[in-house]
Formats: sequence, C-alpha cells, structure tokens
Amino acid sequence: MVDAVSPDRPLAVELRGVCKWYDEFQALKDIDLQVRQGERTVVCGPSGSGKSTMIRCINRLEEHHGGEIRINGESVELYEARPHLIRQRVGMVFQQFNLFSHMTVVENCCLGPIKALKLGRAEARERAMHYLEKVRIPEQADKYPSQLSGGQQQRVAIARALCMSPQIMLFDEPTSALDPEMIQEVLEAMIALAEDGMTMICVTHEMGFARTVADSVVFMDRGEIVEQAPPSEFFTAPRSERTRAFLDKIL
Amino acid sequence: MRQKNRSRYLGDLLIYLAIIGAALWGLRIATTAQAYNWQWYNVPQYLYKIHEGVVYPGPLLRGLITTMQISAGAMVIAAVLGLLVAVLGMSGSRVGRILARGYIEVVRNIPILVLLFLFYFVVAPIFGLGRFASGMLTLALYEAAFAAEIYRAGIEGVPRGQREAAAAVGLTRAQQMRYVVLPQSIPLILPPMTNLAINLIKHSAIVSVIAIFDLANEGRNVISETFMVFEVWFTVALVYLVITTALSFLATGLERRFARSRASARAR
Ligand SMILES: Nc1ncnc2c1ncn2[C@@H]1O[C@H](COP(=O)(O)OP(=O)(O)OP(=O)(O)O)[C@@H](O)[C@H]1O
Ligand SMILES: [Mg+2]
Repeated sequence: MVDAVSPDRPLAVELRGVCKWYDEFQALKDIDLQVRQGERTVVCGPSGSGKSTMIRCINRLEEHHGGEIRINGESVELYEARPHLIRQRVGMVFQQFNLFSHMTVVENCCLGPIKALKLGRAEARERAMHYLEKVRIPEQADKYPSQLSGGQQQRVAIARALCMSPQIMLFDEPTSALDPEMIQEVLEAMIALAEDGMTMICVTHEMGFARTVADSVVFMDRGEIVEQAPPSEFFTAPRSERTRAFLDKIL
Repeated sequence: MRQKNRSRYLGDLLIYLAIIGAALWGLRIATTAQAYNWQWYNVPQYLYKIHEGVVYPGPLLRGLITTMQISAGAMVIAAVLGLLVAVLGMSGSRVGRILARGYIEVVRNIPILVLLFLFYFVVAPIFGLGRFASGMLTLALYEAAFAAEIYRAGIEGVPRGQREAAAAVGLTRAQQMRYVVLPQSIPLILPPMTNLAINLIKHSAIVSVIAIFDLANEGRNVISETFMVFEVWFTVALVYLVITTALSFLATGLERRFARSRASARAR
C-alpha cells in the first residue's frame, strides 16, 4: 500500500474548464482536474471518452482550445513555442511502447538526456543503467527493442521516461497492448515508482492497480469527467449511474 | 519442380533468341537498304587514344566525364534541395507547405526540355551563369521535385508513435526529425533515390541542346565527322547502360541488405 498524499501539497497539474475539438467533434468538455505533487490519479472510462486526449493535452502532444492547463503552477501557454521544455518535465509512457526501433535499449534511454538535457555520454549511460535496474532489465541494455517481449519493451519505455528525471509521469493504457502474463511485471514497475513518490496520472483499466496505488480515481465518459473519488469510495459507492454501469462491465 | 524450372528456363531462352534474331534481322534490312559500311574498327580511337605509351580519353570518354560531372553535381544538389522542399512541405507553416507543393507541381508538369530553355535563356543571364551551371542546376531543380516526394514518403513511412515518443522525451521538432525520424526513413529512401540517380543520368543527355559536350553530344559530333551512325549510337547506348546497370545493381543490393537487416532484427 502506498501512503496517501496530504491535501496541502502544491498542485502539480491543474486543468480548469479545458475544452478540445476535433473539427466539429468536441473531445473534451469543460474538464476540471487537480493533481497534487506526489499524488497518483487513475483515469478510466469507455473507449473514445477522451482519456488519451486529456493526458496528451497535458504534455502538449495535443493543443486544447478552451480553459487553462497549469503545470507546477505555470500556465502551459507560456511554453506555446517551446513545448519541449514542458515535456522535459512531464514524462509519458504509451500504449504501444514506441521505443526507437533503430536504437538499443540503452541508446533509447540516453537520447533525451543527451540531446535535451545536454548530459555527457557517461553520465547519461550511468543514469540509464540506474533506471534499467529499477525496472529490472539491466541485462537487456544492448539489445534492440524488436528482440524484447512486450512487457520488457514497456519497462524500457518507463525507464526511458524516468531518465529525464520528470516531475510528473503520464501513462496511457500502459498494459493494454500486453499479453496477460506480462501485465504484472509492468504494473510492478509502476507501483515501485508510486512508492518513490512520483506524481502520476495513469489511464488504465487495471482496477487492482487503482485500488492499491491510486489516491484518486477519475471516470470519464463522452469527453466529460463524470466522477472523481478516492478508490475506496469509487469502487464501493459510485455516485453516478454511468460509473456504475461501467464498473459492472469491467469488474 | 526441377523439371519445370528447366523447361521455363528453356522457354525464356527461346524468347531471348527470338528477340535478338528479330533485332539483327531489322538491323540487316536497315543497313543493306542504305548500303551501310560497318567500321567498328574505327570506334576505339574515339573512346581513347594512346600517345607515346600514355592513354588519353577520346571525345566519347571526355563526354562521359562531363555527363558524370553534371549528373553527380545535380544529384547532390537535388538530394539537399529535395530534403528542404520535403521538410518545408511537412512543416507547420502554411506558406511553406504551399510553396513546396507549388514547386513540386510546377516542376513535375513542365517538360524538362522547356525547363532547361527557361533556365538557360531567362534565369541564367540574370545570375551570370554559364552553360554547365545551367544544365546542372536545371537537372537538379527537376529531380529535386521527385526527390522531395521520395523523402516525404520515407518520412511518412516512419510510424507516428516514433515521433511522438521523441517529442515525449523533450526533443525539439528538429531533433525529433534528425535523431529519430530520418534515421528510420533511410531504408525507405535509399532504394528509390538510387533509381532517381539512374533517371538523372539518363535525363542529363538533354543538356546537349544547350551545347554542353556530354556523352550524347560528343556521340553526335563523332557521327557528323565519321558517319558511323550505328556504331557510335550503339557505343553511346552501351556506355549509358553500363553506368545505369551498375547503379541499379547497387540499388538492389541496398534494398536486399536493408530487408535482411530488418528481418534479422525481428528474428533476433
Ligand atoms: N486526431 C483525431 N482526429 C479526430 N478525432 C479524434 C482524434 N483523436 C481522437 N479523436 C476522437 O476523440 C475522441 C476521444 O479520443 P481518445 O483517444 O482521447 O479516447 P480514449 O478515451 O483514449 O479511448 P481509448 O480507450 O480507445 O484509447 C474519440 O471519439 C476519437 O474518435
Ligand atoms: Mg486512449
């Protein structure tokens, strides 16, 4: 079990009235979300409800069209021309791993630190090995991604993101492209991260993970946040009818 | 299985023989009609000359050197310009995209001969460019439009997630391109680029019309002096064929190598 976060911690991520459109289609409707430093938030909801869109707006892989997004108190608008500065502080793990296929595992981990943070090669490598050990695959350092299993690739992707020393980590369904027997090893890496006090926003349908790790569970449907509650309440006494219907389906 | 292969091989052979036979027969008709006087023994001196033990290139080889110089220069410029046009065409800037698209469409829809005259008579005098530069730049401008399309296809052939992951580790747009997208698009770009080089060498014969003494033009000159129409054109064609075939073997080799390294990367 991971310790709860006290409510007087400063806000790491704050969304206020965030809206987003794809042409005529509104993917995000008036989203309000607050994540304190060290807090773990799990986001769930049916396919197409806007979960990916929301977290991709946070690290500027998508632009939002209304409302405000603040990271560590600073509006992302300040970084409109230099979104890479935000992404250096907000790491992301993708559903499809997206490891650089022309680079070895350790090169994958070193690229960001060397090119974005201007670290020396030796220092970057040392840092890469440190995080590869954390996700428990240092022995694969010199292999190519195509030589690894899905679970191993996803753990490398987590290490790659951590090598940037991010203050916040975003996960977009990190286990849903994995065979069942590999899900656990990835979840364990994420739990270890939570225990270290990382601020995390995880889109996932792994409700066991939500129960043990999350401070707060968010349910989204049709571009809206329908309900947000601590896991104890969320799973036992969901307030909304839509949440209940969703939980009935996946539990 | 083996039997079948052999009979197909035999069939192919018969077809080749039939085609060569027909060609020779046509040639015979053409030459007898003109009472053609074959002088193959006269051809080598137009390729090279030996004077006091030193080998000098004859007009045809000098022409080949010119052709290769123009083609190589044009290829380098086309490769660089094409990349710029491709990147501009995929950039966030609307004006950039329109410029790139416009360039590609204009160049692709004008005959290269017209392009050459336009450049030589209209553009070159403004910048004080000579024949050689005009020929080379026209070829470069023309092929760059096709090169840009090759780059675009190569870059778009790299999965979008690769670029997003590069963005997610804090790289700038230029760094995403340079360290993640371009390296992965090289196997997709190199083979069609080699074909483009082959086309460029063939298209380069057109610079003859602005009095550049390339291989084709030297061939014409030799003929006007010697009237060895058939021998010289056969020789010229053969020289082009040797160069382009060598390049296309290179292309096939590259393609195979990349296919193999991809396959073995998957298998490992
Ligand atoms: N690039 C795009 N262009 C147009 N529509 C899009 C685009 N990306 C997402 N959408 C739409 O926005 C809505 C939200 O998509 P999003 O990917 O955020 O959903 P999700 O909750 O992550 O779903 P999933 O569980 O399937 O990943 C969907 O209806 C989707 O069709
Ligand atoms: Mg999604």
